[in-house]
Amino acid sequence: MPEESATSGKNIFTPFNIVAGIILAVGGVLTILRFTGGLAAVTNLSDYNPWGIWIGFDLLVGVALAAGGYVTSAAVYIFGMKKYHAAVRPAILTGFLGYALVVLALHYDVGRPWRLPYPFIIQQGTTSLLFEVGACVALYLTVLFIEFTPAPLEWLGFKRARNIVVKLTMLLTIFGVILSTLHQSSLGALFLIAPSKLHPLWYSSYIPVYFFISSIIAGLSMVIFEGTLSHRFFKGKMDEEHLAEKDTIALGFGKAASLVLAGYFIIKVIGVAADNNWHYLGTGYGAWFLLELLGFVALPCFLYAVGVRDKNVKLIRWTAALTVIGIVLNRFNVSMIAFNYHLPSSERYFPHWMEIGISVFIVTVGLVVFRFIVTRMPILYEHPDYKGVH
Amino acid sequence: MSISRRRFLGWLGAAGLGTTLGTTARAATAKHFTGHPGAGGVLFDSTRCIGCRKCEAACNLVNELPLPDQPFDDLKILDKTRRTDAKTYTVVNRYDSNSSGSGPLYRKIQCNHCLEPACASACFVRAFRKTETGAVTYDASVCVGCRYCMIACPFEIPTYEYDKALTPRVQKCTLCYPRISKGMLPGCVESCPTEALTYGNRSELLRVARQRISRFPQRYVDHVYGENEMGGTSWLYLSAVPFREIGLREDLGVTPAPQLTKGALSAVPIVVGLWPVLLTGIYAISKRKDRISDAEKQQAVELAVTQAKTEAEEKLAAALDQAKQQKEKEIEMRIKKALEEAAKAQAEEAAEPETGEAGEPEAGETGEPEAGETGEPEAGESDKPEDEEGS
Repeated sequence: MPEESATSGKNIFTPFNIVAGIILAVGGVLTILRFTGGLAAVTNLSDYNPWGIWIGFDLLVGVALAAGGYVTSAAVYIFGMKKYHAAVRPAILTGFLGYALVVLALHYDVGRPWRLPYPFIIQQGTTSLLFEVGACVALYLTVLFIEFTPAPLEWLGFKRARNIVVKLTMLLTIFGVILSTLHQSSLGALFLIAPSKLHPLWYSSYIPVYFFISSIIAGLSMVIFEGTLSHRFFKGKMDEEHLAEKDTIALGFGKAASLVLAGYFIIKVIGVAADNNWHYLGTGYGAWFLLELLGFVALPCFLYAVGVRDKNVKLIRWTAALTVIGIVLNRFNVSMIAFNYHLPSSERYFPHWMEIGISVFIVTVGLVVFRFIVTRMPILYEHPDYKGVH
Repeated sequence: MSISRRRFLGWLGAAGLGTTLGTTARAATAKHFTGHPGAGGVLFDSTRCIGCRKCEAACNLVNELPLPDQPFDDLKILDKTRRTDAKTYTVVNRYDSNSSGSGPLYRKIQCNHCLEPACASACFVRAFRKTETGAVTYDASVCVGCRYCMIACPFEIPTYEYDKALTPRVQKCTLCYPRISKGMLPGCVESCPTEALTYGNRSELLRVARQRISRFPQRYVDHVYGENEMGGTSWLYLSAVPFREIGLREDLGVTPAPQLTKGALSAVPIVVGLWPVLLTGIYAISKRKDRISDAEKQQAVELAVTQAKTEAEEKLAAALDQAKQQKEKEIEMRIKKALEEAAKAQAEEAAEPETGEAGEPEAGETGEPEAGETGEPEAGESDKPEDEEGS
């Protein structure tokens, strides 16, 4: 349905276009409000709660869910799992768009967005984990952009430039994994400095490791999840390789996700044991923590394993969705729900509808750009001129 | 994709170097910093505070902050617990329910000017600075407005001008840095009518605080808040009741904020250094595995081909052999048959002339048994292998 509208150009008033159009229009209005009235005009942020969903969702969740790029390219190019090759381009594209949107969202969140390069060009606050996050995100966005360029270059017919970029694949992949390791973990490490504000069940000196490992889970699950959606909406754009590898990818990534989830579960339990936080499990926050740990880590681990054993691709797809929700829940817990747990409820944060509106707007921008690209460029199929040339 | 080893190593070097250039992180200092020598601080004695809000008024005045809606002599505002905000560097709160048994207690809130400030450690543009005077200052001209300082501050002091669209600043007490640099007292200290606030050298203030405790052990809790909290702060507090009863957190610990992130920061160069090695190793192993499996495949194919060849040859040889043997057997059979026929004929001949045995059969006897003896076993022998082969 969506691809028809993009290619035929006859009827632009498809349901998708209408909904997306409304969201973009509302987003435009909210953007004006944000940059004329300040953060107070559109957010519920306060002196106690300086970070809301623009950090909790747009930054933390956005970066985690965009991990599919480095996970897939590492699997294919470094670990030599060539049978997943068809997953690389969609994953890189999602990663690139994801990071681009994270940076876009930061322009809404920070007070003076035009100063975002200041940490690099004016004064370097290298003792800040946020500096590391900023530097790595900026570099990684560049890496992802270069990794993505073969698709538009093939589309535009710039053969020589495309071949030069393709030759850099290995370098870019290694670079991407290093940068991702650093900033995925640093996003968790941001909270290391606030042990008095984050609930002890979520605060741990292992939190950078938790963020890194769960980003692998997020990346694997997003590739499966997004593959499902792409297959539903862009089936006509997929070539035989993509259609044939679709289930292989789901099974292989599901297996990997099950394993990593098992490891993640174990280190989460080790974290509770290391700080001797068992007694918190009996409290309300403890129940919430157990819900996250059992319902969104242990359960998907088990379901992925069952799905792989039974070759039940449908179950794997649903599990991928469950896992993605689990990642969102975890990032929300760390940045908002279990953060400032010591404050009275009157001082706690709940997002303003306009904050949610901006987040929805940004996700919609991502979807529209994604659709624009996959309906035109060789993402879900190999360009006939470069078939079999990896 | 095929790449030469040299080119690959070149890439690796570039990857490693590039990452270092981008993210070189200086680990936060590990040494415990006890303040610049001679740096100032303020001692707040809550047993002397009467909640008159004179300090708030002075602060507002000397820092040229916008006037609040309610005037400073309106003490009804103390009925609710307040905090610092973008227009207020300091507030005094009243704590009615406390264990002192002598009515309400008051406590002043402002930036504690940590010896190793969390805000300064967290700021990615180094907008915060712990000055030689003891004051932690903020430079709005570089501030991006990420508000990580507000996340980091354990005392929840920095505030933000959320209502400014283009020039929002972080706002917090400066310890009247411009005034103390000129040798003047901070506004709040100067205005305090009860000497609840004492400005001075921090180490001197610590001595004063301990003196008061030892002189009036009944009046004070035996603890100077801020001496070690979060690694120590330039503001120090004395209280008659446990500090949590006047709104000061007792669970902050004594670890300076930079120590909390030191481990994570020190992991950066390790990842940058080791990941390329690890990843190349994995790449090399997977490549080698591919090569070995390719070679094994080729070997298996070759082996299969040669095996098939020899098998075919063997089969051919066996078939030829069999054909040969069959031919031989047929010949033998024919010979045997011929011999038998000959013997029969001879016997018939011999049976007819019964008497002529002694003379003539000599040649016949020597000839006949010889042929019979050699002929028959031969046929028997050739029979056997044929049977074996058949079975």
